[in-house]
Formats: sequence, structure tokens, C-alpha cells
Amino acid sequence: MTDTDRTGTSAGPRTRPKQQFELGTGPGRVLVWFYGVFTVAAASRAVVQMILDFGRAPLAYVLSAVAAVVYGFITYSLVRGGEKARRAALVCCAAELAGVLVVGTWTLAEPSAFRDATVWSDFGMGYLFIPVILPVTGMMWLRRARSA
Amino acid sequence: MLDALTVAVAVTALALAAWCGLAAYRDQPTKDWHFIGMAVVSVLALAQLVVGIVQLARGERPDQGMTIFIAYLIGSFAAVPAAGFLSLTERTRWGSVTVAAGAVVLAVLEVRLYDIWGK
Repeated sequence: MTDTDRTGTSAGPRTRPKQQFELGTGPGRVLVWFYGVFTVAAASRAVVQMILDFGRAPLAYVLSAVAAVVYGFITYSLVRGGEKARRAALVCCAAELAGVLVVGTWTLAEPSAFRDATVWSDFGMGYLFIPVILPVTGMMWLRRARSA
Repeated sequence: MLDALTVAVAVTALALAAWCGLAAYRDQPTKDWHFIGMAVVSVLALAQLVVGIVQLARGERPDQGMTIFIAYLIGSFAAVPAAGFLSLTERTRWGSVTVAAGAVVLAVLEVRLYDIWGK
């Protein structure tokens, strides 16, 4: 069935909901890379800190672990592709952005709450602000991937 | 650690990033020559991993803790090969962007490694 055949069926954007589209190719491949790197970075940071001395800054270490889970899930969704994964990744990117902004503001407003840094401290300054940039570009890509 | 090696890895990584960035700018995928470049950088990173482990074995200790040091050593060894594999399955300019990004990540890891070792 070609595109011209669909003209009689009042085709809208939802005529092919079942089609699996790729999220991890093209520009998405770069996102897969960065999300993969941050999954590894946040996860290893959380694991090492929790094993060495969990009591020193439990809040910071738990937040690092949460960040690792969010990054891991977005990476998985990008690789999987399809509409369901796209929506899930979109929600996670929003949660990630909210996390960076909340934790970033929190660490600046009340540094005493965090005795050790997380990936999201000071808006991700220790990671070249990539933690702030990544969810924004991620959401832009995920929105464009649907219309493409 | 071996400062010359750290500098060498960082500089070659940045050169690789520029080279692959140029390929991306020209709308080209990574080619054989790029993969040879990645191999060179990876061999240097491997040498650094070996040197780092040898120095730990000889009883020298990094300033900021051994676990973090080893984690960064392994990370800097894996960065470029991992990006290379991604670019193998992405035969467009975006594969080149991925390798360039991987090389920049490696350069940043080298700066961190230098801090972690100290002295």
C-alpha cells in the first residue's frame, strides 16, 4: 500500500500507530552514547560511594542511584524505539530535567543538606553542565522523532 | 602517574574529536582511517591502564582514592572503543558525531585522572 492509496481513508497522523520507528539512529545515536556514559558514570559513582561509606551523605548517594536508574531507562528506551518507548523516555527526560533543576537549586540554597556531590549538584557543573543540556536535547529529539 | 602519557592520550583524543567532527561537518560517516585513529588512541589508553595498574602494584597510591582511580582508568580505556562500535552501526554523519563526542569524553576523563592521581 503506497501513500497515495491512503487518501480516501481520511488519513491523519495516527494512521500507523503500530509501526515501530527507531529512536536510537541518526542524531539519536549521539544521545544513546551520552545517556550510556551517564548511566555508567552515575551508577558507578552511586555503587562506589554506597559501598565505601553510605552514612556520610545518604541523600546524595540515593540521588545518584536514582539518577543512574533514570539514565539507564532512557538509554534502554532509545535503543528499543517505538511509540511506547518514546513516551516513556519523554516522561523520564522531564523527570530528569526536574531532578537537575530541583537538586541544582537545592545544593546552591542549602549546601549543608549534601555532604557529598551528586551528578545533579550545582546543575551538573562538575559534568560540564551536560546533565542540564541532555534532557532538553533529548526532549527535542523525542518530539521530532514522532513527526518524522 | 605518567604525566606524559596522560597528556598524550588527551591530545590525541582531542585530535580524533576534531577529525571526526570534520567528517561530521562534511556529512561523512567514519571510515577506515578514522578507525585506525581510534585504534591509536585506544592503544595509548590501554598503555595508560597498564601503567596505572603497575604503579598501584608497586605501592604508589592516588590522592583521591584507589577505587575512583581504577574506575576512571577503565572508563578512559573503554570510551573510544564503545563510541567506535556505535559508529560502526550508524553509517551516517551522526556516527562521526558519536566518535567525536566519545573522544571529548575521554579528554575530560584524562583531566579528571590527572586530578585524582595528584602530585
